[in-house]
Amino acid sequence: MEISLLFLPLVASITSGFFGKYIGDRASEIITSLFISISAILSLILFYNVIVNHYESNVVISTWINSGSLNVNWSIKVDALSSVMLVVVTLISSLVHIYSIGYMSDDPHKPRFMAYLSLFTFAMLTLVTSDNFLQLFFGWEGVGLCSYFLIGFWFKKDSANAAAIKAFIVNRVGDFGFALGIFLIFYLFGTVNYDEVFQQVPQIISKELSFLGIHLKAIDLICILLFIGAMGKSAQIFLHTWLPDAMEGPTPVSALIHAATMVTAGVFLVVRCSPIFEYSPLTLNIITIIGMTTAFFAATIALVQTDIKKIIAYSTCSQLGYMFFAAGVGAYNVAMFHLFTHAFFKALLFLASGSVIHSFKDEQKINEMGGVYKKLPYTWILMIIGTLALTGFPFLSGFYSKDAIIEFAYLKGNTLGYYAAGIGIFTALLTSVYSWRLIFKTFHGSYNNKKIKIDEMHESPMIMMVPLIVLSIGAIFSGFLFKDLFIGHGGENNFWGESIKFLNPLSTEHPPLWIILITPVIVILSIPISYYLFVKNKKITDDISEANKPLYNFLVNKWYFDELYDAIFIKSSKKIGLFLWRNIDVKIIDRFGPDGIASLIKNLSIKASKFQSGFVYQYAFIMLLGFSALLTFLILK
Amino acid sequence: MIDIGLGHYLTLGAIIFTIGIVGIFLNRKNIIVILMSIELILLAVNINLVSFSIFLNDLTGQIFTLFILTVAAAEAAIGLAIIVVYYRNSSTIDVEKIDSLKG
Repeated sequence: MEISLLFLPLVASITSGFFGKYIGDRASEIITSLFISISAILSLILFYNVIVNHYESNVVISTWINSGSLNVNWSIKVDALSSVMLVVVTLISSLVHIYSIGYMSDDPHKPRFMAYLSLFTFAMLTLVTSDNFLQLFFGWEGVGLCSYFLIGFWFKKDSANAAAIKAFIVNRVGDFGFALGIFLIFYLFGTVNYDEVFQQVPQIISKELSFLGIHLKAIDLICILLFIGAMGKSAQIFLHTWLPDAMEGPTPVSALIHAATMVTAGVFLVVRCSPIFEYSPLTLNIITIIGMTTAFFAATIALVQTDIKKIIAYSTCSQLGYMFFAAGVGAYNVAMFHLFTHAFFKALLFLASGSVIHSFKDEQKINEMGGVYKKLPYTWILMIIGTLALTGFPFLSGFYSKDAIIEFAYLKGNTLGYYAAGIGIFTALLTSVYSWRLIFKTFHGSYNNKKIKIDEMHESPMIMMVPLIVLSIGAIFSGFLFKDLFIGHGGENNFWGESIKFLNPLSTEHPPLWIILITPVIVILSIPISYYLFVKNKKITDDISEANKPLYNFLVNKWYFDELYDAIFIKSSKKIGLFLWRNIDVKIIDRFGPDGIASLIKNLSIKASKFQSGFVYQYAFIMLLGFSALLTFLILK
Repeated sequence: MIDIGLGHYLTLGAIIFTIGIVGIFLNRKNIIVILMSIELILLAVNINLVSFSIFLNDLTGQIFTLFILTVAAAEAAIGLAIIVVYYRNSSTIDVEKIDSLKG
């Protein structure tokens, strides 16, 4: 069962990718969607098994590397953690596949698109089911590669190619840290298999490494390096710049890869390595700080963006920040819970916005929309469900997970915890404001699009609506249904088993009432306020942005991160590159290397060819001279 | 009356040989002259062989000379034939103009 679960997406991808031409568009769409759906059903069965029977298994497919003490297998490890990821990945992926049939109906390269989507699913599955760091890295790079393919899917657009390359290169920074982390793990433990590594962790806690005179605890270094990898993949602050640009890809891609699954791989990594991270309080604090900074900073940027997908992208960035600071305060299960619920409502938001974009004929600016809620009633309702879930409206999924994060941060009981909780609450307010701004600007107010007449607007086809409805069910109920399973404390329930390690059991106290109430109250209050600000009285927002022009520009320009990186890294490396090219390469290596030798030989042969005058008597003369010289030499010797 | 000895013969041979060599180099007109010069060189060699043969009282040298004369005749015949064929193709046997081997 595990094997078919894992390999069906690969088979679908190969079929559609290599034989798409022969079997046709429709057949490749059906095959990929069907195979992924079977995979999804299998993982639901598996998930059920894990919940009810605490099923665990580790299917070894084959040996990969067996060299000295390095033994690595291709394997499918199923435990509570990976089963949750399996459900998220395959379920969202199958819905996105089905949705893509409708969304990509006008695209000439459907089989290729479906093949990439399926290949992505396969890579993501190998990532989550691995039982060692090397297979994890394989999946990690595999999803990065598919992300590159899919961002650059419309390769005729320069911006798409640039975004794809940017995503790839920024991820390289994180992957470099991640790879170093794996090397260090192998260096210290002599193995890369999770079980063996996790068992040995307590033995090396006090070990120190010294590098360039700096003494670091080995465990801190490992965790920091692994976290750098996670930061790259999960678009945390400093390595987040690729995610908004990645919105150049088709919207289903944004929903699957850049919202629900791939970007959560970093969170998954941290949770999976909880037995290591638990021993490094320093790294956990760094994770908390980075997480809450990202949550806050991305939310502020989302407030002023005008591209519908970029707003949701920054929102994803912000929610990933929430997950990280949940993991940072030690509440790994809450991080996974938020990952789980977030996958539903964020995929829903993306796909619904895709439906809006589809209706507006590829228009993405929210200033060009408005007033269409009567024309797109289903999309409107679904989008509102997604928004309510995202903002944490009571009793929808986001409410349970996000509030749990804030509560656990508060219960952590130290300064950083209180600070994180405060940032969490404030970010929840920002989240709510920008999400409702998106809704109101898109669906309410006056109709602002000049290219398309409002009468021509129509709802997206059924095949796009069905996945949205399934996702909206998930967005509404996944929090309520699974909260006891994921984050319920005490009692008989021990869903996570061995897959997550808590050095200190999580606090089971109840937080004070005000902290439970404050977020929902803020969130509910922000709806009418946003309505007033963005529909009724637009002058106020204009006045605010006019009065705080520097701040507004700061946010519109995304905290100037791109410009900063451009100035620091890109310009300088371009200068170094130019210098190396013009001076070292051209003037030294080429001059004395290939070019020099070539011209030397050319000159010598021009001289040598002068001997060949073509006159027989000269040849004879030279022969005679040579003969005499030889003779003289022999006689004198 | 000076006694004519081996040295004189060898000197004569060397002079003829040199004339032959110089004839090859200084000749700028006619390829037949080159052929003639080669004959001169061979004759110089023959004189050497014959004189050593008499001096050493060994007939091998003179017999060898006869062979060389035969070969020289054949060579001259072939050389002239080549020149004739070459003249037919390029309508010149001017040494200055025969430079198709020029690199």
